Amino acid sequence: MNSETGIQTKKRKRKNKVIETSVIIALFIILAVILPVVIPAFRLRLVGRFLSLAIVALGIDLIWGYTGLLSLGHGIFFALGGYALAMHLNLQIPEGKIPEFFTLYGVEKLPWIWQPFYSFPVTILALIIIPGIVAGLIGYLVFRNRIKGVYFSILTQAALLVFYNFFNGQQELINGTNGLKTDTEKIFGVLASSPNAQRGFYVTTVILLGLVYLLCRWLTSGRFGRLLMAIRDDETRVRFSGYNPTGYKVLVFGISGAIAGIAGALYTVQTGIINPSIMQVAFSIEMVIWVAVGGRGTLIGAILGTMLVRLAQTSLSESFPEIWLFFQGALFLTVVTVLPDGIVGWFKDYGSPKLRSLIRRDQPLVTYPSLVEDPEVQQERDEIGGRR
Amino acid sequence: MSKILEIENLTVSFGGFKALNNLNFSLDSGELRVIIGPNGAGKTTFLDVITGKVQPTKGRVLFKGKDLKKIPEYKISRMGIGRKFQTPRVYLNLTAKENLDLVCNRKKNVLPTLFGQSDHSEQRTVAGLLETIGLDKRANLLANLLSHGEKQRLEIGMLVAQSPDLLLVDEPAAGLTDEETENVGALLLSLAESHSIIAIEHDMEFVRQIANDKVTVLHQGALLCEGKMDEVQNDPRVIEVYLGEAPENIEH
Repeated sequence: MNSETGIQTKKRKRKNKVIETSVIIALFIILAVILPVVIPAFRLRLVGRFLSLAIVALGIDLIWGYTGLLSLGHGIFFALGGYALAMHLNLQIPEGKIPEFFTLYGVEKLPWIWQPFYSFPVTILALIIIPGIVAGLIGYLVFRNRIKGVYFSILTQAALLVFYNFFNGQQELINGTNGLKTDTEKIFGVLASSPNAQRGFYVTTVILLGLVYLLCRWLTSGRFGRLLMAIRDDETRVRFSGYNPTGYKVLVFGISGAIAGIAGALYTVQTGIINPSIMQVAFSIEMVIWVAVGGRGTLIGAILGTMLVRLAQTSLSESFPEIWLFFQGALFLTVVTVLPDGIVGWFKDYGSPKLRSLIRRDQPLVTYPSLVEDPEVQQERDEIGGRR
Repeated sequence: MSKILEIENLTVSFGGFKALNNLNFSLDSGELRVIIGPNGAGKTTFLDVITGKVQPTKGRVLFKGKDLKKIPEYKISRMGIGRKFQTPRVYLNLTAKENLDLVCNRKKNVLPTLFGQSDHSEQRTVAGLLETIGLDKRANLLANLLSHGEKQRLEIGMLVAQSPDLLLVDEPAAGLTDEETENVGALLLSLAESHSIIAIEHDMEFVRQIANDKVTVLHQGALLCEGKMDEVQNDPRVIEVYLGEAPENIEH
């Protein structure tokens, strides 16, 4: 590569960075500042829930789109984060009392596992670290034994079922099937379902979505990100190149779990309740569908897919509640058969060149490098006027 | 001359089937050895055992005098054994340059890879390698778009980027045109000046081009014979194995 094209690539990269940063800032202003004023509170709460689901979609994309690990058990980590925050909210009661539901089961003393959740900072740490560690642990056991592909997916789903049944059975600890309510509880002395608190949750969600996006962006660019893709494409080769894939996979699965934990906590307070049904198999599979629809391996696709699928679900099930599931199935089939790279992938390959040619801003045609370097070919191009 | 690789009484069996049967083999450092043999002779299993992909059932493999038993693949690779696969295995969704950069990385643990940047000496190595394998003008092209021959050369470049002492090359000329085959052959010969190489090959033309030292013939998991190319070619046992029956005028 000669130095001139090197400088050009650098310039283009800088220009792309400027565009990307301004798009992110613009989106942030629209979502965090303008939207809360424009749309009614109950709609805003809905958007907030979608955005928190977009966070977990980013986590799925990180491990599935980039590392090739299809997890069907992210409900576990999502629920762990949700429960952590819900426990903190349920402890915002006068000194010496314990949450009401305990009396139903004759529990008089607060279980030790609840104790740390009195503190807000500990709760915040716990809702990130506990799902992260659980994910890392599951990951370590699975990856160390070189289990991959379908077997990995089945194992994550089995783990999900174990957690689901365990949480359902723990009435005396976390109110079993009934779960924990957050709407009637307080956070920082404010009722969690009050408009002010909800707006706070909403803005926090937008900020965290941005931060998680940037984190994933950083992880997937650079050497580390390229290694993740290398593991996805040919793990054996990675081993023979002197890397031990296990550590990388455990780390990235742990991070993905932690991201799901954050998403779960935000989703819970904007829903008003958390119960084990969040760990139903269908919901964890739905997460994968969002990413597939948006386009795996593109972070923006994960966010877009979640928003689109969820918006479609809301508007469809408001008018025809019974057909949503059929629609979801059809959507997944369409994506798999017609749009294997999702919406964003399709746009990159077909949509964007089409759009550019419509507004007469074609990208210079990339040919084989030997042709580009050939002076005769260049001269011909200039003379015939192939360049704009 | 010191031995870089010694294999003693090596047997590998897969559920009773002996892919390698009591094999003895040794390689001097700096040597380029070509291994030939009919299909099913155990050539690929032989490489699998050296690189730690398959564990020996009996016997042992010594690399620079160290037993490789139970050492995982990535550690063996870090000890200085690089392997090229039969079909080119490069990372198709990365560019040629990124492919080399990943392998060039000297600190391959998780955290240094996450926080580290490629330093100047690594960048120089990558640029130099791109030139050696003739891909400098296609450096920023996705490996997916490279031709088969270019992929082969890229993979050999990735091997060298690991700076191994021993290169294991599995059928580097498979599926290449005559011109490309000669390019790869020349590349191997120039690499042989600074590395020990074991090359597995079917293409006799190609073997003649690169086999300056000894040639080893494997048959049914065991060593059939070993020697200079012309000696091996005229060995009646080799002819029998390759052609299926012994010529009448020999033996009996």
